[in-house]
Amino acid sequence: MIEKKTMKASLGPIQYCWPKEKINEFYTQVAASNIPLVYLGETICSRRRELKFADYMDLAHMLKASGKEVVISTLALLEAPSEFTELKKQVENGEFTIEANDIGAVQAAKEKHLPFICGPTINNYNLASLKLLHQWGMQRFVMPVELSKHWLNHVIAEEKPTFEIEVLGHGFLPLALSARCFTARQQGLVKDKCQTICIENPKGILVQTQESQSLLRLNGIQTQSAACIDLTSEIASMDKMGIDYFRVSPSGIKCIEKADNLFDGASSVQYQNADLSCNGYWHQEAGFNHL
Amino acid sequence: MELLCPAGNLASLKTALNAGADAVYLGLKNDTNARSFAGLNFTPKKLQEAAQYTKQQGKKIFLTINTFPKPGEEKRWYEAVDIAANTGIDALIVADLSLLDYAHSHYPHLPLHLSVQASATNLGALTLYKKEFNIERAVLPRVLSMKQVRDLSKVTPVDLEVFAFGSLCIMAEGRCHLSSYVTGQSPNTGGSCSPAKHVRWQEEGHDRLTRLNEVLIDKSGINEQMGYPVVCKGRYITEQNSVPSHLLESPTSLNTLSLLPELAKANVVSLKIEGRQRSPAYVEQVTTVWRRAIDTYLHDPENYQTQSEWDRALAKVSEGQTTTLGAYERTWQ
Repeated sequence: MIEKKTMKASLGPIQYCWPKEKINEFYTQVAASNIPLVYLGETICSRRRELKFADYMDLAHMLKASGKEVVISTLALLEAPSEFTELKKQVENGEFTIEANDIGAVQAAKEKHLPFICGPTINNYNLASLKLLHQWGMQRFVMPVELSKHWLNHVIAEEKPTFEIEVLGHGFLPLALSARCFTARQQGLVKDKCQTICIENPKGILVQTQESQSLLRLNGIQTQSAACIDLTSEIASMDKMGIDYFRVSPSGIKCIEKADNLFDGASSVQYQNADLSCNGYWHQEAGFNHL
Repeated sequence: MELLCPAGNLASLKTALNAGADAVYLGLKNDTNARSFAGLNFTPKKLQEAAQYTKQQGKKIFLTINTFPKPGEEKRWYEAVDIAANTGIDALIVADLSLLDYAHSHYPHLPLHLSVQASATNLGALTLYKKEFNIERAVLPRVLSMKQVRDLSKVTPVDLEVFAFGSLCIMAEGRCHLSSYVTGQSPNTGGSCSPAKHVRWQEEGHDRLTRLNEVLIDKSGINEQMGYPVVCKGRYITEQNSVPSHLLESPTSLNTLSLLPELAKANVVSLKIEGRQRSPAYVEQVTTVWRRAIDTYLHDPENYQTQSEWDRALAKVSEGQTTTLGAYERTWQ
């Protein structure tokens, strides 16, 4: 009999700035769930300091003790030398693999001969590039959000990959990163004196067109999709393709239940989602389309 | 300091060189570069002509191959590298890891510049590209402040090139999916941001509606000066603010004339002018002003001052007829 691995759920890093108590509460519930893989850490802005490195390490240990595989996620846009110094500290934590979200993080891990995961903001557009990253220590990659099922099939068809594959299956899409903090700007503040205003927008700021079409979500320096990607109806085919992890990107406490019950099929509690959903990228179309 | 100018076609290339460019950059007529627009770019034959003309002038020519090879179609990108190597191109501007690897292993003597689309903003990233592919130069994304450019210049293992003038991309380049989210076309794979075939203008009373794949990006007065419609420069509303405004950025161009002394002190080797999609008239105007500015600076660095006529001339060819220092200036961020 051929051994068949089944796709599992993973929980991506929290993209928003939540108060420390809420983050702790969130991960306490995650610890009690059956989600096997959990990513943890600030990926958007170094000015968000609700949790410090040591706090994340405490959470990581707590989750590990409850049987989870834990990955430390790192910043997606590394600019200041201080951010690079902090990154090195994360890479050299001595225990947990990191999720590299910038090539700078790949270098930091590679230099120390440490394995790493490539997050969705590392540009992986072909098998040859993935192979290079694998040679340097990449164990798994999260498919860039704008790529499709067709793309992935093509990459897998060329050769059975020796690294794991993760696809963002549920959550708001990370679309862009800027030097400018859109949240601070929206509140009339400058970035250097932002008062960590992001904390007041636990799901970012919803942006609509002048025809009230929901389009984007401003989350500090990050721009997200207004619509929530939802590939839950694709689970069976994703599993068949050989995808290892279906990532849920947290948008609130309720998403833990979502990730926990992903594979329960029809018997699962229907997750009430008031947000628009999309799946265009997966079908090789404009990302905001829903097919 | 090199003045590096865009060449969308042979006319622009000649114009740039005659107006004082030290080097020009250009792309092939396919999706191997991120300005893959109809009517632009060079066939291999035209590229040869361009290279010959540039050499005769004693100037340099760089080929941009800055999109990411598609699975199963990699050959087209590898061929672009081969063409460049056989045409006597002075350097390749590349973003994709596998393509850097191909160029470095097949043509080790062909200088590599890391494209802005690779989004390398820090020492770690630059170190990786230097160690693995021996890149000579990196083009910095338009997300760093002047101080961050200066800090990076003190430790960088490669030469640095920056954007000096042109349309302002406000996102970390190569990692922006706004265009593909709305249109399905990505600069990384399809070779253009906000492709023209998805743009539609509609007049409604006194308003002009700008649509991108039917999404209303902006509503403006009929006579209002508009930039090219991109998602990040549209006018939108939020839950808290129902007055439409440019929530991300307004149509404006980057202009760093006033930063010239600081860029020189940070050992920036090349100043890039954006705009391969623009006309030869644009190229002439911008190149002329920048040539004058650089020469003025080099002649007497201590007393360099931006002249208002330069700014006026550049504003005329700028998006929305206004300019900004963008992320170089901390308060913009």
